[in-house]
Amino acid sequence: MNKARTNPLNAFAMHGALILYTLIALFPVFVILINSFKTRKAIFREPLALPDADSFSMIGYQTALKQGDFFLYFQNSLIVTVASLALVLLFGAMAAYALSEYRFKGNTLMGLYLALGIMIPIRIGTVAILEMMVATGLVNTLWALILVYTAQGLPLAVFILSEFMKQVSDDLKNAGRIDGLSEYTIFFRLVLPLVRPAMATVAVFNMIPIWNDLWFPLILAPAEETKTLTLGSQVFIGQFVTDWNAVLSALSMAILPVLILYVIFSRQLIRGITSGAVK
Amino acid sequence: MTALSLKNVNKSFGPVHVLKDINLEVEDGEFVVFVGPSGCGKSTLLRVIAGLEDATSGEIHIAGEQVNLTPPSKRGIAMVFQSYALYPHLNVRGNLTLALKQERQSKAVIEERVETASRMLGLEPYLDRYPSELSGGQRQRVAIGRAIVRQPKLFLFDEPLSNLDAALRMNTRIEIANLHRQLSASMIYVTHDQTEAMTLADKIVVLRDGRVEQIGSPMDLYNDPANRFVAGFLGAPSMNFLPASTLTPDDPREMGLRPEDIRLEGGGPIAGTVSHVEHLGGDTNVILQTQTTPLTIRLFGQHAIAPGESAQFGYDPARAYYFAQDGQRLR
Ligand SMILES: Nc1ncnc2c1ncn2[C@@H]1O[C@H](COP(=O)(O)OP(=O)(O)O)[C@@H](O)[C@H]1O
Ligand SMILES: [Mg+2]
Repeated sequence: MNKARTNPLNAFAMHGALILYTLIALFPVFVILINSFKTRKAIFREPLALPDADSFSMIGYQTALKQGDFFLYFQNSLIVTVASLALVLLFGAMAAYALSEYRFKGNTLMGLYLALGIMIPIRIGTVAILEMMVATGLVNTLWALILVYTAQGLPLAVFILSEFMKQVSDDLKNAGRIDGLSEYTIFFRLVLPLVRPAMATVAVFNMIPIWNDLWFPLILAPAEETKTLTLGSQVFIGQFVTDWNAVLSALSMAILPVLILYVIFSRQLIRGITSGAVK
Repeated sequence: MTALSLKNVNKSFGPVHVLKDINLEVEDGEFVVFVGPSGCGKSTLLRVIAGLEDATSGEIHIAGEQVNLTPPSKRGIAMVFQSYALYPHLNVRGNLTLALKQERQSKAVIEERVETASRMLGLEPYLDRYPSELSGGQRQRVAIGRAIVRQPKLFLFDEPLSNLDAALRMNTRIEIANLHRQLSASMIYVTHDQTEAMTLADKIVVLRDGRVEQIGSPMDLYNDPANRFVAGFLGAPSMNFLPASTLTPDDPREMGLRPEDIRLEGGGPIAGTVSHVEHLGGDTNVILQTQTTPLTIRLFGQHAIAPGESAQFGYDPARAYYFAQDGQRLR
């Protein structure tokens, strides 16, 4: 490892590979971004060209913002994503702590039961979920989406977090108990900060699929006032005509919040790794 | 008054019986060391005393009160862990004061106790640092300070020195002994290192496989071990065991000879080939390959003995120990 770091050729190759990968990964985003600022004609004529004085146009953004209530869709997506992530992290961490810290009958069985959710896609239960939401009157509310996404994210969260929590020093928790801290304080003040990198991982894993999901918003909350951004953008994609300007502009705008959320979590992730646990 | 008394304490983890019928008294102000090989249940016993684990059966009394159902923070104990277990999100002052704040002590009391403890341990320059900014030895002091400020009825130490390097270990050992003298508090100290046990203890409790093998002062255990295990565990280098028939024909017993009780003696009864010599300056350790077993011999002073030589040694029959087949001492 040390050698690889000092050998300039290796470092060059490594950075080369990483830069190449970054370029490949960012290319589609880049294409979406530049085309969102072009006229329809320019998009089709030269999809890879940068917008210039001739081809520059904000028509896509204008359409997107005029059509429907775009800021409301934004807000809905943001509320659903943030609330779901918060609930997944909170309940996932709590369940993981219980499974890793306390010995009780059926502990292993409970862990397996929770892990089962990783393997069975939640969409299989769509009909039952819809019936349940109708029965509880939650259809066309953001709560319907938040609850479903929380359920969807929990299995993996519990699985990842309980592995990490097993590694938190028993001595530290015991020191807290001897000093008179409650189990809640031990959990929130001692254990959670030490598993922050794992929390960030779980958050990042869950964030993108929730933000991009079309399935559940379409089924559970298609009403105008609960539409999410992804669902809202669908109006521009028709069977025969697609308003590419508007679609690309909507997509460009949809990237932003995810990017901000990601920056927040990745900072946590790096801080968590570098500060680390003190023995 | 007794600081701690355990009556028929048992502890099982599921089917695994870890502590077996432990009976034990710690007098006020006594320094008691639990010693035994790794995995014999020392930490488990300490955790049961602290209340971090429930005893499966048996009674635990601290300062005359039964505490089986008392939570750890109300038992009047303080514990120092092998891994220090400092709170990473608090600075040294925060680490020292957390327990007192939980007890809702007044500001003045907290201030005064932190000052006393940090003066005692030389922590004043570090009070505003975080654990990650301290060396191992400094962290260990903070961990000890965190115990001192609580003024517990009973201190519990779980292998507090095993993460320190050799030089620091010796210093800290002396410091803990001084601390015990200054505070005249009751302390229980767990270690697998017989040197620590011998040097610190008023009373040693030797544990093996979750059972108490023998309890007594260091010299009692050294001079008068109850069985082969205790005899072999205490003393460094450890006792030699050989069939007694090597020296007296037709003796079925097993014989134990401490390395320092064997002396050079031309034409002596113990003869063999020297296989290894350690010159320590003050002592010379000789490994002698006899007909039956290798023996460790500790000679005082410096001796010109080289591997490969044959040599004869004698011993004082009064200082030989004899053991039955099951390991019990025969007197
Ligand atoms: N939480 C636990 N669950 C199951 N077995 C345990 C647990 N804690 C300790 N043990 C077992 O108890 C025995 C004694 O452990 P411990 O008290 O840590 O030993 P020591 O401190 O003397 O090295 C070991 O065999 C260990 O495997
Ligand atoms: Mg131990």
